[in-house]
Amino acid sequence: MTLSESFASVSYIAAIGLFILSLGGLSQHESSRRGNMFGIIGMLLALVATLAIVGTHPDASASTFGILAVVLIAAGTIGAFVASRVAMTSMPELVAMLHSFVGAAAVLVGFSNYLGPQHAAGSDALVHELEIYIGIFIGAITFTGSIIAFGKLNGKISGKPLMIPGRHLINLLMVIACVVLGVMFVQGTEAAAQGGLTELIIMTVIAGVIGVHLVMAIGGADMPVVVSMLNSYSGWAAAAAGFMLENDLLIVTGALVGSSGAILSFIMCRAMNRSFISVILGGFGTGGGSSPAAGSEQPQGEVTPINVDQTADMLSEAKNVIIVPGYGVAVAQAQHSLAEMVKLLRDAGVNVRFGIHPVAGRLPGHMNVLLAEANVPYDIVFEMDELNHDFPTTDVAMVIGANDIVNPAALEDPTSPIAGMPVLEVWKAKTCVVMKRSMASGYAGIDNPLFYKENTRMLFGDAKKNVDALVAKLRELEPA
Amino acid sequence: MSETHTTATPDRTSSVPSAPVSTNGHQMSDHLQPKLLIGIPKEVRAGERRVAATPDTAQKLQKLGFDVLVERGAGETADFPDQRYLDAGCRIANDAKEVWATANIILKVRAPEQHPTLGVNEADLLTPDKTLISFIAPGQNQDLVKRLASTKATVFAIDSVPRITRAQKEDALSSMANIAGYRAIVEAANVFPRFFTGQVTAAGKIPPAKILVIGAGVAGLAAIGAGKALGAIVRAFDVRPSVKEQIQSMGADFLEVKIQESGEGTGGYAKEMSKEFIEAEMALFAKQAKEVDIIVTTALIPGKPAPKLITKAMVESMREGSVIVDLAAENGGNCELTQPGKVITTPNGVTIIGYTDLPSRMASQASQLYGMNLYHLLDDMGGGAKFHVDLEDEVVRGAIVTQNGQILWPAPKPAVVTQPAAAPKPAPAVHAKPEEKKKKSGWVMPAVLGVVYIGLVFGAPASFLQHFTVFVLAVFVGWQVIWNVTPALHTPLMSVTNAISGIIILGGLLQIGSSMPTTVIVLGFAAIFLATLNIAGGFWVTQRMLKMFRK
Repeated sequence: MTLSESFASVSYIAAIGLFILSLGGLSQHESSRRGNMFGIIGMLLALVATLAIVGTHPDASASTFGILAVVLIAAGTIGAFVASRVAMTSMPELVAMLHSFVGAAAVLVGFSNYLGPQHAAGSDALVHELEIYIGIFIGAITFTGSIIAFGKLNGKISGKPLMIPGRHLINLLMVIACVVLGVMFVQGTEAAAQGGLTELIIMTVIAGVIGVHLVMAIGGADMPVVVSMLNSYSGWAAAAAGFMLENDLLIVTGALVGSSGAILSFIMCRAMNRSFISVILGGFGTGGGSSPAAGSEQPQGEVTPINVDQTADMLSEAKNVIIVPGYGVAVAQAQHSLAEMVKLLRDAGVNVRFGIHPVAGRLPGHMNVLLAEANVPYDIVFEMDELNHDFPTTDVAMVIGANDIVNPAALEDPTSPIAGMPVLEVWKAKTCVVMKRSMASGYAGIDNPLFYKENTRMLFGDAKKNVDALVAKLRELEPA
Repeated sequence: MSETHTTATPDRTSSVPSAPVSTNGHQMSDHLQPKLLIGIPKEVRAGERRVAATPDTAQKLQKLGFDVLVERGAGETADFPDQRYLDAGCRIANDAKEVWATANIILKVRAPEQHPTLGVNEADLLTPDKTLISFIAPGQNQDLVKRLASTKATVFAIDSVPRITRAQKEDALSSMANIAGYRAIVEAANVFPRFFTGQVTAAGKIPPAKILVIGAGVAGLAAIGAGKALGAIVRAFDVRPSVKEQIQSMGADFLEVKIQESGEGTGGYAKEMSKEFIEAEMALFAKQAKEVDIIVTTALIPGKPAPKLITKAMVESMREGSVIVDLAAENGGNCELTQPGKVITTPNGVTIIGYTDLPSRMASQASQLYGMNLYHLLDDMGGGAKFHVDLEDEVVRGAIVTQNGQILWPAPKPAVVTQPAAAPKPAPAVHAKPEEKKKKSGWVMPAVLGVVYIGLVFGAPASFLQHFTVFVLAVFVGWQVIWNVTPALHTPLMSVTNAISGIIILGGLLQIGSSMPTTVIVLGFAAIFLATLNIAGGFWVTQRMLKMFRK
């Protein structure tokens, strides 16, 4: 083993350790920034070590390194620029876009590896070809799926699930086609040095279509699951690349990322009380074949509206307030106004806390990031399980831009499509104020009995405008 | 629905007391007939200070589409002078006769009785077209019920409103019990010669008062709350184990007897207990009597005289200055020495308060709550425009006593079966599919793993297995590490894993180094470009986000 090789090996081990520490650092807010630094150092170490291998290779040329430097600097600058400009409300889009890059890179690495010189023979070669094939397959799905997810999150593509008749069959046929093509590909490579290229390209196209089709069929509010699923896929794609290049660092990193995404998907699914498969196979109500609204009966009672002044009075008189934000906060860009309102209330001695449902927003942890951006201290932001039992002692529960995650039907109505989904029990508070643009139903397409409860008050209108008005009103009340 | 009526209020205020029922000036198209007139007579029972409508609830009744006629001076004892009613848009009747004669619906507090000035029983003033709503206690007052039936009027007993969730806002018994419980503590504090709260002062230490509350219904719980608020140590006993949590939530200690027996009766009341249980219970009270300063008893069993829980011997064992407030005094009292309606002091200095009119001692508050109970009942019955008696309605059926000369009380036991019958039907349709899927995936996973296992054993080359080991271990490490990530940081987690998965750059780097075909190098550079975007973007945005999280 040459010096550069042993340097690389040791560096790789160090990088693996640093990546694990990096993820471990995210277990607490205090250690999270250190964790990110570990990740950056690990990545630099891995790059330097790999460059050392490449650089000491006999046929390394200065021109290659020149191009490489240009590429690295250009891409690095673009990446950092975009990352420093992106609004926190657009985080889901950015994450989806980054996923697509990993997927595309995996496809490219797969093809370049396939087109490069082959060393192995026999069963080693077979395994190697399968690795390439699978790597490209996963990479292509990740790539196109992420692009569609990006479009949906961005609003460029409708958030509504696209339901092609017989879409499960179509998916199945496409997967079978890929398997058949895989067999033909392996036979092709055995016949000629670079045989099977046609099959490989066709498979890539089909996998791309699968990615598009899969994500098109999933609705907007299921995006947390989709994004974490694509996160997982991008990891597996990297791991597959590691196998084909026999590079343990890639394998380990891919596996870490892959399992991270898988766990996030699992947490999101559990938070909606739905199986992963049912989310991936499409939106609500499709399993039963009937429209979801038909089964559940119309909630009874009347809706009690409230105006901004009354809400401000209620808030200023309350002792304990819990705010439940949803995706509507991100849509209306209301997080800064909200933070200001919370600050006013806290200065006046009101105990204000935030309750975050795991699937609130379009990305796991999306709400936390939005609130952090608006300078809301993280120690007043709680998870659902941490404060769900506190609602009975809460004076005002305020729901902003959320619907399904506060729907009592999930617990009370066994026929509801969201039955069994854990929800924030805001209706147990003395008063529950719901801020909403209209009476429209949430993503699950079902009516929300919460709006008809006796202790619920509806504050209609744009979330940001209402919160701004509340801030103004609370300022007025303050000196008194 | 209330919005349509809001316009009715302003032009009411100007109407003169003696003016006829005015129907003009309202744009409600369905209002060709005069509005229904609600009459509020002055209560005739001596010492009764409450009134069935306050200016506030009278105004609310008008919003429902009723006109309101109040007997002169009806609200005076509850601190509502006639002018307040006039301001609220009511008309004032000169005497009781006018109210009973002209009103369509009579609202009262006490059940009808002999009228001192008119010289007739109030019940006899009813006619078949009239409706009366008041406390009736139809179980105890059989003669009165017969008398009411003979008038052919429609009569509702507000105290018979079923105790179901929907009718809580109409539950006058609870409203009154709440006041009684609070007032019991206030009355006790009035005669108790010490502080309730414990204090350490320069002049010495004062122990807190100890209160025992027997029976934790609405009144008992209100007494616990009031006692705690004054700083006393409160203990409570109830034969129904289910109220333990409620007692503790009010801040009192729950006393228990050793014998296991539930005293859960129907309608929120207790049932009669076995002999053994009563003996154990009495032993507990005897012990507590020596310790506590104040005893509040609220034990009632429906349709029976109040159980005797505090014996003469127990009272004699209490310290001087102690107080007993017997909220069951009207039904005979829980204490052997209680004299209904009176306050007595025993030879050993224990004060026993047997007031039967505690709600009436807070007439203003009691009238407001009672008025709201009536308002909600009338609202449920269709308000002024659509007022009707719907015997299908569980609340109406429970409360109605007589109609068309027939005695309809007591209501038949509610049919419990109707609701669940409809529910299970759609349920399987919704749930069947996912279950099927689960079953399928239940055996698919092990099968796939099995195939993979066999494939690996027979087909995999050694080098692959080595990498595979690393892979599997990494998956497990990842699984362990990620579960520790706090959900608040899930977005940074995603962006950092994004950055890290940019490690695929190594794949590109390793391709460009060697003497490769141009296509390979181009593909490699493209991969490097994308991966670098990822690394830089991912780490940068993560850092940005994490900086924002602050305490």
